[in-house]
Amino acid sequence: MSVCIIDYGMSNLGSIHRALEECGAEVFISEDPKDLATAERIVLPGVGAFKDGMKNLRSRGWIEPLKQEVWENKIPLLGICLGMQLLAEKGYEGGENEGLGLIKGSVKMLEPKDQEERIPHIGWNEIYRVNDDPLFEHIPDGADFYFVHSYHFIPADKKCILTRTPYCGNFVSSIHSGNVYGVQFHPEKSIPTGFQLLKNFLQV
Amino acid sequence: MLKVRIIPTLLWKDVGLVKGVGFDSWRRIGSVLPAIKVYNTRLVDELILVDIIATEEGRPPDFKSVADLSSECFVPLTVGGGIRTIDEVKSLLRAGADKVSINSAAFKEPAIITQIAKKFGSQCVVASIDAKKGTDNMYECFSHSGTKATGKSADQWAKEMESMGAGEILITSIEKDGTMEGYDLDLIRLVTKAVNIPVIASGGAGNYNDMYQALDKGGASAVAAASIFHFTEQTPLEAKMHLAEKGIPIRNTTIV
Repeated sequence: MSVCIIDYGMSNLGSIHRALEECGAEVFISEDPKDLATAERIVLPGVGAFKDGMKNLRSRGWIEPLKQEVWENKIPLLGICLGMQLLAEKGYEGGENEGLGLIKGSVKMLEPKDQEERIPHIGWNEIYRVNDDPLFEHIPDGADFYFVHSYHFIPADKKCILTRTPYCGNFVSSIHSGNVYGVQFHPEKSIPTGFQLLKNFLQV
Repeated sequence: MLKVRIIPTLLWKDVGLVKGVGFDSWRRIGSVLPAIKVYNTRLVDELILVDIIATEEGRPPDFKSVADLSSECFVPLTVGGGIRTIDEVKSLLRAGADKVSINSAAFKEPAIITQIAKKFGSQCVVASIDAKKGTDNMYECFSHSGTKATGKSADQWAKEMESMGAGEILITSIEKDGTMEGYDLDLIRLVTKAVNIPVIASGGAGNYNDMYQALDKGGASAVAAASIFHFTEQTPLEAKMHLAEKGIPIRNTTIV
């Protein structure tokens, strides 16, 4: 299984690369959008701010080739952390910015419900299923994943929601629509459950 | 529910793992890579890796070594020591750091915190503060591995760091560091009350109850510790079991 990790200058690529290899994939990191054509799976990682993320994707020519692979060739795409947020139509980090629009919805800052809830949301927290999905096969409800973020994805269609996480009003921690998946947590940093999720993504 | 984090700190000098007392008398205690491999298998919550002499030597972080170490690290990794520019932050994130911790550079140019937050998001900037109680009972911040007095009080500086865009504060008591006498709870409380971002308590953990105190009485979101894990039989996993018995939420590593 050939997996392309998109390098748009916003990420810690080493650990997702190694993690996917550990899960049995043939992984290549690419700075050239043409490489998408040879990929059977695409991973959009990302640490950083929404605005800079989109700016980099645009200036490096990723947006159209990515949409083509996802929409026309139906290649499964997994967005991780900022990579999930960029799937949205709009983001509100650093002003209003247009996203990839691969899943309908917007990205807004987490809102603490009490003083105990500090932002950013950093650390291990649970995921609970909203809709069953092969991406979470063999991963029990209540499993802890590693999060490090201040913003969250609000999908327009509730059917896209795979899991929620109990913080700041039970935010959406993973989504799925068609062949596009997004997880707010870091599976590559969440052994062993995160590796199970990556293996599941290689199977979908 | 968000869990508290137990974070082993790896102090690093010339690729060796070191331990000091009060930010001084450093001793080599092993190599970094084997330590990271052990922590992988023990499912620790996060790791902090600090190059303690980069700033002193006036050189940038050792990106190559960070890349080598992080490729074996499957737990979240914060890297600090010697970071002065946004390009260095970018290189560290590319080398495999999930977060960077900034200390001395922020005193010289506080705007670096804002620049990093704007470009990479607040969630990846940890403002590291080393403090010590002065004669007037004020907790004063020291930069350059505890050698340079800054005249800033720990709580005011923590607030300033938060307003500049820091996503987390790592507060270390210089006097308690390496002593294993317990965290400086007054200092931790001072900082956790001053800010609304997560605070990592550091410096002085000698047993699991010290960690409980820093979380319960100090209000910290996470506890960092070095000597206790490197020099005693105590482990992050046992620490969590101890904390769980006292009702502190810890990461569930049994559900897999």
